[in-house]
Amino acid sequence: MSATVDLLSGNRAAAWGARLADVDYVPAYPITPQTEIIETLAHWIGRGEMPARLVTLDSEHAMLTAAGAAAATGARVFTATSSQGLLYALEMLYAVAGWRVPLVLVNVSRALAAPITLEPDHNDVLAARDAGFLQLHAETCQEVLDSVLMAYRLAEHPDVLLPALVNLDGFHLSYTREPVAIPDPAAVRAFLPPYAPTHARFAASHAMAQGVAVLGSSAYAFFKYQMQRAMEAALDAHAAIASELGERFGRRYGATEGAWLDDAEHVIVMSNSFTTVGRAAVARLRQRGEKIGLLRLRLLRPFPHAEIAARLAGRRAVAVVDQNLSVGKGGILFAEVASALRDRAAPPLLSYVGGLGGRRFRDQELEQIAAALHVAEREGGSAEPRLLFTADEYAAVRDLLRIARGGEEAPR
Amino acid sequence: MTRREIYTSIQQIPREEPLAGGTGLCGGCGGLLGLRLFHKALGANVVFVNAAGCLTLLTTFPYSPFRASWLYTAMASAPAGAQGIRDALDVLIARGTLAADEDLAVVVVSGDGAAGGIGLQATLAAIHRGLDFYYYCYDNEGFANTGFQMSPATPYGSRTATTPPGAAAPAGTTARKQDLFALWRAQRPAFVATVSPAHPLDLMDKVARARRLRGPKLFLSFAACAPGWGIEPARSVEVARLAVECGIWPVKEERDGAVVHTVVPHRRRPVEEYLRGQARYRHLFEPVRQDEVLRRLQADVDAYWAA
Repeated sequence: MSATVDLLSGNRAAAWGARLADVDYVPAYPITPQTEIIETLAHWIGRGEMPARLVTLDSEHAMLTAAGAAAATGARVFTATSSQGLLYALEMLYAVAGWRVPLVLVNVSRALAAPITLEPDHNDVLAARDAGFLQLHAETCQEVLDSVLMAYRLAEHPDVLLPALVNLDGFHLSYTREPVAIPDPAAVRAFLPPYAPTHARFAASHAMAQGVAVLGSSAYAFFKYQMQRAMEAALDAHAAIASELGERFGRRYGATEGAWLDDAEHVIVMSNSFTTVGRAAVARLRQRGEKIGLLRLRLLRPFPHAEIAARLAGRRAVAVVDQNLSVGKGGILFAEVASALRDRAAPPLLSYVGGLGGRRFRDQELEQIAAALHVAEREGGSAEPRLLFTADEYAAVRDLLRIARGGEEAPR
Repeated sequence: MTRREIYTSIQQIPREEPLAGGTGLCGGCGGLLGLRLFHKALGANVVFVNAAGCLTLLTTFPYSPFRASWLYTAMASAPAGAQGIRDALDVLIARGTLAADEDLAVVVVSGDGAAGGIGLQATLAAIHRGLDFYYYCYDNEGFANTGFQMSPATPYGSRTATTPPGAAAPAGTTARKQDLFALWRAQRPAFVATVSPAHPLDLMDKVARARRLRGPKLFLSFAACAPGWGIEPARSVEVARLAVECGIWPVKEERDGAVVHTVVPHRRRPVEEYLRGQARYRHLFEPVRQDEVLRRLQADVDAYWAA
């Protein structure tokens, strides 16, 4: 097993994942910050370095339709999108998941309009969490590449047969270059053999009707429950695939990932690339003697209830830091984590919402969270979301308004 | 007018039915009549890619009347589904992982609502890419499977559930019918034709000739809708024939850049003969005859044939 180490952006790491997976077909539609993935693949395919077909579609809705239809015909399919594009395709995410076709879609997270922005948060990808796609959320560029390979193994697993989404953060990961080990193609082929669909597909010798109407709820529920069972099976499949990847390439990924958890009394739960910021803050707090740890959520669909419950059971207080906002509710992952803890003696929980539209976490905020965990330990948790927004930020917005009004003070 | 090359006699129509009877569609469905003839001419190795419409109910789990394959996509993107299947078949055959004799003709099946409205973007894009596919549109001039509301193909003067004739708009529908034939033609596809189930030899002959061509191929099929139009199911073919004889539905195709009419009414009958007997036009005759609307409907037809 030989690997080349190169400096790759998250986008290029995703493209390398598709190339190493030997995909047949890439339907494409550009959107910032995803474009580099498609441009990289177009470059390789154009030069004959990658034997796939890339076709530019007229929208993400059409792109996902073409992707699903090609996968239903027996091709290994890769595509990528971001933000508004994912939402535009949302109707078809539900459709192709129902077709049970194992394609892989990379989403480069970017916050949603309105207001329109290019910066990241996770409202795009979490809007797709109920569609029937597996969801793997990466923290590093290396994990992006490895997750694309794992996603194909998982999606094509005979007990699963569901499409998979690999998420990486726009800008913070899409354009950050990190040293990435690019595994040898032969080693990848041993891990991920060429796609040989065993389920029905479109070809002259075996007619198939796919996506057909059902009359009555029994048939409808039957199909949906099959998808739920397949998702449940994906938890075990993921563990086995992660273990095999670890043996072959020396990198191991869990459904969740812990740091300083062994003796942690307090835990901060995060996901995606901002976990790196959280990790640094927790390291500093540890140096000051805080018994604090960090739990990163990596596999969001299927949701690893039992693993999360086991890793958080017995802690004195837990804070979930969401980089998304369900307007009128609060953090989406908070609600998911809280549901996982329902069956055990649950620690007090706190909900924080920050990092919206690319806003960076401030060091003192993570220290305030650590302090609040001590209070929660004594006084109990709360489901009320705490919105991270400082007086300085408010003042900065008012400054913008004042300048736009030609120096007049904006009304409060 | 062109001579038919392949289907010149009714005896040549195959007796084999690629589409089983006893479907759940309405009696006298003009869309199904046309599709049955289209399928006979195209042969068995087909995958139909469907956008939401009446014909979606042909396949209801766990039944299908087709020996061929079927994929229901969504209302807006059936041509993109056709793209994915066509590309996958091409790639897999080229890579040697699929035998060449496993190849399929890819056919989009949609009503006029999807063809001219929500699905038009995906359709124009597929033509732009030169996708090798057939588009069979059954034009019943309304959103028929939702109870018959106005679509872009609804003709001037027709009553629909969303354009009911009344004091504000005595004619009912005030917009003119969208010209999907012209919209397609503007992009220079491989083949573009209108057909009618009242003229089966013309329809099947066009399919047989289009099979020789690569690229986007439109079959815009007249499709009488018994419940939507308020006609007896048994009159479906008769109404289709009247539409041709009154000049309302020109049966044509494009050849070498020019529009050629493949069925020409020798003596055009007045449009009133077509309009009478359809409940969707009853308001033009009673309680008060709307002469101005009728004059304009006749004038539109006359102007078409004079051009």
